[in-house]
Order: sequence, then structure tokens, then C-alpha cells
Amino acid sequence: MLAEFLQFLFSGITVGATYALAALGFTLIYNASHVINFAQGEFIMLGGMLAVLFAQMGLPLPAVLLLAVLVPAVVGVLVEKLAIEPVKGAETVTLIIITIGASLVIRGLIQVWLGKNTFSLPAFSGDEPIHVLGATLLPQSLWVLGITALVVVALWYFFNRTLQGKAMLATSVNRLAAELVGINTSWVLFMSFAMSAALGALGGILITPITMTSYDVGIMLGLKGFVAAVVGGLGNGLGAVVGGLLVGILEAMGAGYISSAYKDAIPFVLILLILFFMPRGLFGGKSTDRV
Amino acid sequence: MNKRIYYGLYGLIVILLVLPFVVPNNFYLDLAVRMAINAIIVIGLNLLIGFAGQISLGHAGFLGIGAYASAVLPMHFGWHPVTAMLTGALASALLAALVAKPIFKLKGHYLAMATLGLGIIINIALRNEAQWTGGPDGMPVLPMALFGFEIGSDRQWYWVVAALLVLTVWGSLNLIDSPFGRALRALHGSEVASQVVGVNVARYKVSIFVLSAFSASIMGSISAHYIGFISPNFADFFHSIELVTMVVIGGMASVYGSIVGAVLLTALPQALATFEGWETVAFGAILMLCMIFMPRGLVPTLAARFSKGDDK
Amino acid sequence: MSLLEVKDLSIHFGGVKAVQNVSFSIDSGIVYSVIGPNGAGKTTLFNLITGVYTPTSGEIRLDGEIIQGKSPDELARRGMARTFQNLQICMNMSAIENVMVGAHLRLDRNLFKAMLRLPALKRRDEALREEAAGLMEFVGLGEYVGARADAMSYGALKRLEIARALAMKPRLIFLDEPAAGLNPKETQEVDHLVRKVADSGITVVLVEHDMKMVMNLSDRILVLDYGRKLAEGTGQEVRGNPDVIAAYLGTHA
Ligand SMILES: Nc1ncnc2c1ncn2[C@@H]1O[C@H](COP(=O)(O)OP(=O)(O)OP(=O)(O)O)[C@@H](O)[C@H]1O
Ligand SMILES: [Mg+2]
Repeated sequence: MLAEFLQFLFSGITVGATYALAALGFTLIYNASHVINFAQGEFIMLGGMLAVLFAQMGLPLPAVLLLAVLVPAVVGVLVEKLAIEPVKGAETVTLIIITIGASLVIRGLIQVWLGKNTFSLPAFSGDEPIHVLGATLLPQSLWVLGITALVVVALWYFFNRTLQGKAMLATSVNRLAAELVGINTSWVLFMSFAMSAALGALGGILITPITMTSYDVGIMLGLKGFVAAVVGGLGNGLGAVVGGLLVGILEAMGAGYISSAYKDAIPFVLILLILFFMPRGLFGGKSTDRV
Repeated sequence: MNKRIYYGLYGLIVILLVLPFVVPNNFYLDLAVRMAINAIIVIGLNLLIGFAGQISLGHAGFLGIGAYASAVLPMHFGWHPVTAMLTGALASALLAALVAKPIFKLKGHYLAMATLGLGIIINIALRNEAQWTGGPDGMPVLPMALFGFEIGSDRQWYWVVAALLVLTVWGSLNLIDSPFGRALRALHGSEVASQVVGVNVARYKVSIFVLSAFSASIMGSISAHYIGFISPNFADFFHSIELVTMVVIGGMASVYGSIVGAVLLTALPQALATFEGWETVAFGAILMLCMIFMPRGLVPTLAARFSKGDDK
Repeated sequence: MSLLEVKDLSIHFGGVKAVQNVSFSIDSGIVYSVIGPNGAGKTTLFNLITGVYTPTSGEIRLDGEIIQGKSPDELARRGMARTFQNLQICMNMSAIENVMVGAHLRLDRNLFKAMLRLPALKRRDEALREEAAGLMEFVGLGEYVGARADAMSYGALKRLEIARALAMKPRLIFLDEPAAGLNPKETQEVDHLVRKVADSGITVVLVEHDMKMVMNLSDRILVLDYGRKLAEGTGQEVRGNPDVIAAYLGTHA
């Protein structure tokens, strides 16, 4: 009974951590530009696929990690520079369509380049499961959770204790005022896309030894990250993390206790319920549109 | 005032009347039928996206409901195909209304998310309920019969679909230039301005969403009967995006643009068939390039260029 | 009984108390002006009364009936119309359609009748087009009857908003800085226009920085400062009020 529950919980928080990283990515970009980046999921996919590629080339793990985070970050910046900047201030619908276009291009290129196969990545420190109260925990899960926790702390430090981080926050609250006090808001946009792509990619790398990867995993992972961001109240960093874990856990519990066939539907049922009953998410504040 | 807008409709009727007699073979007739089906769906979607300024990323879900209602109900329960089609369309409309009511009080991203989630849930259900739907492999669809006549050949379907297309274009043009249509465009132009003149914004958004879902569902049914086979891919996310791409490339808020968009993108996969795998890239690139360099889409951009020429 | 009564009205945005405990009432048929320095809360007050914002506390009555918290479209049904300080024009529509949409509530808005282009509906729409052209003439936009909204100047759009509001056939109209950004000649024209609107029996509530226009038109004036009511009365009374003078000369704490 307990063992089973723990088992579901472990797998839930492990994938939930990936969703949390993706949700943080959505949040960063949303705060900087009010764009919902529908290509976020492709950075998760890119991270995983590139890690596989670099590992197969025989690079050592730290180099694999670094490259598989950096390359997607560069792609993220390219998306921002080439597709988002030129349409500054466009309608929501336009921005949604552009980022969907970007996601199709990235996914399509990877499909053409690396094919449609499913790939796996060796776990960072072996596959010997750890036993906890009758449930088993993969060492890779500890990597996922540990690194996610580190990243969350680092982000917190960045936004609350460094000048650059505060500049980014200020821009998200009031772009014009930020520009007036001399913040380079175009740099902020650039950083947001780079960081958000890097976060997504990191999540993708970490989870690949457990779930495997292929060119098309980005859609679902990205969408679930988005669900997590909305659950947490779009734009709220802490909310994104809690939302991610919550979505992961609910999904694992639903798969375990209700129906594994409908596992992927669970986050979307959740989001519909949340939008119906708590339209601003769990942590979102109230705001009035200015007229 | 704008009687000229109906000229396009007369042109369309002429083309549709002539087309079956000039196409070289059945391959092109089949292509024409599929173009017309897509055009009808895309016009409905454009009323939502282009005119009302709302987005649906799950429209293929409604196609799926219609298609599977027409496949499952006659096959497993012996329903008449027309009853099945209408039941599917009503179910789609009801579902759309149910989801839209709370969502349309919110802004853009949330609607995108909700429609996307709805589409995905529908797709997952279709894949999983294999005892009814045949699961991922799909299922055959019984032929459509109307008043004892079976609609079987491509040519028969062509006339049915062509008539529906003409009706759809006519109805949509009428709608746009009416009090309802003005309210719809006004809430796109300025939501608050439309509210203070008395437009119940949520109600209009829901109505047009329901209408476009209803139309998509009907066309889903017709596709299913026409092709004679249906699989969950028909109702997946990528198909939803394809439909949005057709709206965008043809021209938001342009009925004729929707036809052009549907014609072009229905032909595209044929054209790209030799470049296996590049389809996704092509769709993505079209979406981005269109939005960046030609945000109004083909038809409105060209129309603007022509009318400028008139002035000179 | 007054047409509009506002009692202890307040709204807070986070820490910003944009309107605080403001009370006043407006009699039917007059021109009532709201003045005050930038950021005093004038636009916010309009937004509260027309249902765009929901007050944090307080009461608003129209014909004695409580209306705060009602949606803008419901208030439109009760005869309220307004224009916006920051233009709210539908740039995706022609100029005349912007005016026609003002008549929304007076039309048959049925979806199916519209799709079938029923003759009765069509005739009504043709008549409305005439009426809208007449209104554009009335506000001095006769030359723009066939124009697209996005091809019009700022000053013309300001008046287009007034025409749209008039198309509602309202009892009460709120004009938020109708003369802002206009040259002296245009301002003069708007001045006359407001007079004509008031003479047609519509109660006018006006926010305007042009003091000459305010003093010239207003029956009563409400002065706001930092979200609070500073003074209220006739032009004479307000002009002589030391608090008002202080606020406008900037000696206010
Ligand atoms: N939706 C909102 N959210 C947050 N603050 C708001 C909002 N609307 C107005 N405010 C604030 O309320 C205060 C009053 O603003 P308002 O626009 O009502 O002033 P105003 O008197 O119309 O000024 P002006 O003469 O410049 O038009 C300002 O400090 C403004 O920043
Ligand atoms: Mg103001």
C-alpha cells in the first residue's frame, strides 16, 4: 500500500521536476515579453537529443551536459532575434502562431537530421535502484531532483540578489519604467530566451536516462510545462515550481490508481478544471487591465 | 455598400461548376474535394481567429468527434449516417459551449491552452477506446446515404461538397456584414469599446466558437464518409495546427483567403512528397514567415496592393 | 432624485488608492465636469461608473438603483455611453462601421437571420448606415463617411468615438478629454459639439483639461486630487476655492 504510493510519488516528483524547469522557462519569457513560447517543449527535446548525440560521440559527461544546454540556449536566442523581435507588440494570436512555427521548424529539422528513432542515454551514476520503504528509487531521480533544486536556488539568488536579475524583474513589472531608469530591455528579452531554453534543455537531459527521448517528445513535455506554469499562476516563479511538481505527482498517481492509458490526459483535465474554477491559477494575483 | 465582396462568390460558383469537366483525372477531382472540405473548415475557424480574434488549437478534436460519430454510431449501433452526423455535430457544439463559457472570460493564452488541452484529451480518448474506435489503427466508415441514395463516387461527393462550400461562403459573407458580425469584429478591434456599446463579449465569443466547432464536426463526418476510413491522426494536434496555418497564410479575417489557404496547403503535401520529412519544417517556416513578413496573409495583402493601384 | 448618485466610492490597485471615498450626484440634463491634475483619478472614476472596473467599496446608483459591479454591456442597456481618453477605435473596421456598432443594442442580433441575409435585417442595416452617416455629419466627420478607421487623424478619431457613443441614443454620456491633443480650432469645434449634445437632452459628464472649455460648458464641476474629492460646485464656487487654487498651482502638500 505505502510502497505503491511511494513508488508513484517518486516517479511523479521526478517528471514533475522536468515540468517545473519547463514551467520556469515559460514564466521567464512570459514575464519578459508577455509571449507564451509554444516552442519551449522543443528545447526539452533538443536537450535530450543533443545529449544523446554528444554522448555517442564519446564526450565526457560534463562536456555533454554543457554542450546540450548551451546549444539549445543559442537556438532560443535565435528564435527571439529572428522571430519575436521583428513583431514586437503584435497580437497574442500572432505571437502564439510564430512560436508554434518555430517549434515545428526545430522539431522537423531534428527529425530530418536524427531520424524518428527513440534514443536513450546512460544514467549519470548507474542503474542500481535504491530501496526506500519497499519502493525503489533510481539514482537518476536523485540527479534530477538535486540539480532542479540547485537551479531553483540559483534562480532565486539571481532574481533577488543580483543587479541583472533585479533588472529583469523590473522589466517584467513595467517595461517602460525599466527603460526609463536605463535598463536595457532588449538584453532582458535576450537573457530570458537564453535562460528559458537552457532550463528546458537541462530538464530534457536529466530525464532522458529515465524516459528516453525522440524527436517528438517536445510537444507533450512542453504542453505539460505550460500547464504547470498556468497552474502556478502564469508569471509566478514559485508557482511554476509547485505547479510542475503537482502536475507530475497527479499524473503519476492518476496513471497508477486510475488508468495508465489516460496518463497524458490528466494534466489537461487538471488545467481545464483550474481554468474553470481558479482562473488565475493557484498563486496568481488579481489585476485589472488598464484602459 | 460593399456589394463587390459578393463578386468573389459568383466567381467561385463558376469555377466550381467548370472544374469537374476540365480536371484530367480522378486524382485531381479527389484533391479538389479535399480542398473544398478543408476550405469549409477553415472558413469556420477564420470566423473565430480572424474575425473575432480568438484562437483554437484544438479544432481537429471537433473534426474527430464528427468523424468518429459517423464511423462508430452507424457501424456499432446501426444508426442512420445523417442522424449520426447531426448527433456528432451537436455533441461538438455542446462540448464547445461547455468549455468556452468559463474560458472566454479569460484572455488569449488561456483559450489557446484550453482548446489545445481539449483537443489532446479527445485524441487520447480516440486512441484508447479501441473496442469502439479501432485505437491507433483507425476504423472503416460505412458509406453515406441520403434519401435512399448512396453517395459513393468522387464526382457525387464533389457536388455535395461544392454546394456546401458555396453555402458556407455565402453565409459567412452575410454574417460578417450584419449586426452580429460587426459586434464580433468590434470585440476583436477593441474589447472594451465593444463592451461599453453593449456587446456581451463572452456571449459572442462562445457563439462563434460553437458555430465553428459545429461546422468542423459536420465536415469531419463528411471527410470520414468520403475517405471511408478514419484514424486518430485526423484529430491530432498537428492537424489542428495545419488548419490554423491555412487561416494564417490565406489571410486572417478574409473568407476568400481561407479558400486560398486551404487550396495551397492541401496541395503542399503532394508537392513536398519527394522531400520526405520536410513537411513539418515547411509548415513551421510558412507560419513564421507569414506572420513576420505578411501578417495579414496572402489575399488581404494582395487586395490592398491592387486597390492602391486603383487610386493611382 | 438625481440621475446618478455616487457615494463613498473607492478603488485600490495594490497600494495605489486611485479613488478614495468620492461622493457626488448628477442631475438629469446638465453638463457635469470632473477636473483635476494628471493622475487624480478622473479616468478611473469613469471606468468605475461605466462598469469597466469594479469598486473596492462604495455605491453607485442610476435612477436610484444600485449599479456597481454590473458589466459595461448591462450599463449600456440602461443608457450609459462613453468615450475613451486613449482612443478605443476598432481599426479592423471602417469608420462608419465603428459608428454603426454603437447602435448594437437597437438591432436584431440574431446569428441565423444574419447568415440568411433576411430582407428585414438588411433593410434595417441600410437605414442604420444612413443614420450613422448623419451622425458623422453631426460631429463634423462628413468627409470621412467612406473612410477606413486606420486612415483617419487623431482629432477625427476623437470625434468618431463621440459619434459611436451617440449612436447608442444614450441618456448619459461620459466624455474623457474629448479635446486632448487637438488644435485650438478643433477644440473650438468640440466645444460646440458638446453644447449641441447637451442641448439634445443628453446628460453630459466631461473630463477635460482645457479650463476655458470646462468653465464655458459646465453647470457643475467636481475637482479631484490624489483620488479624493477636493471641491464641488458651480464654476464660480470652484474657481474661488483656495484648495483648488493650491492644487492647481502645485503648493499642495
Ligand atoms: N488598472 C490600473 N492598475 C493600476 N493602477 C491604475 C490602473 N488604472 C489607473 N491606475 C492608477 O490610478 C491613478 C489615477 O489614474 P487615472 O488614469 O484615473 O488619472 P486621471 O485623473 O485620468 O489622469 P490624466 O489626467 O492623466 O488622464 C494613477 O496613479 C494610475 O496609475
Ligand atoms: Mg485620464
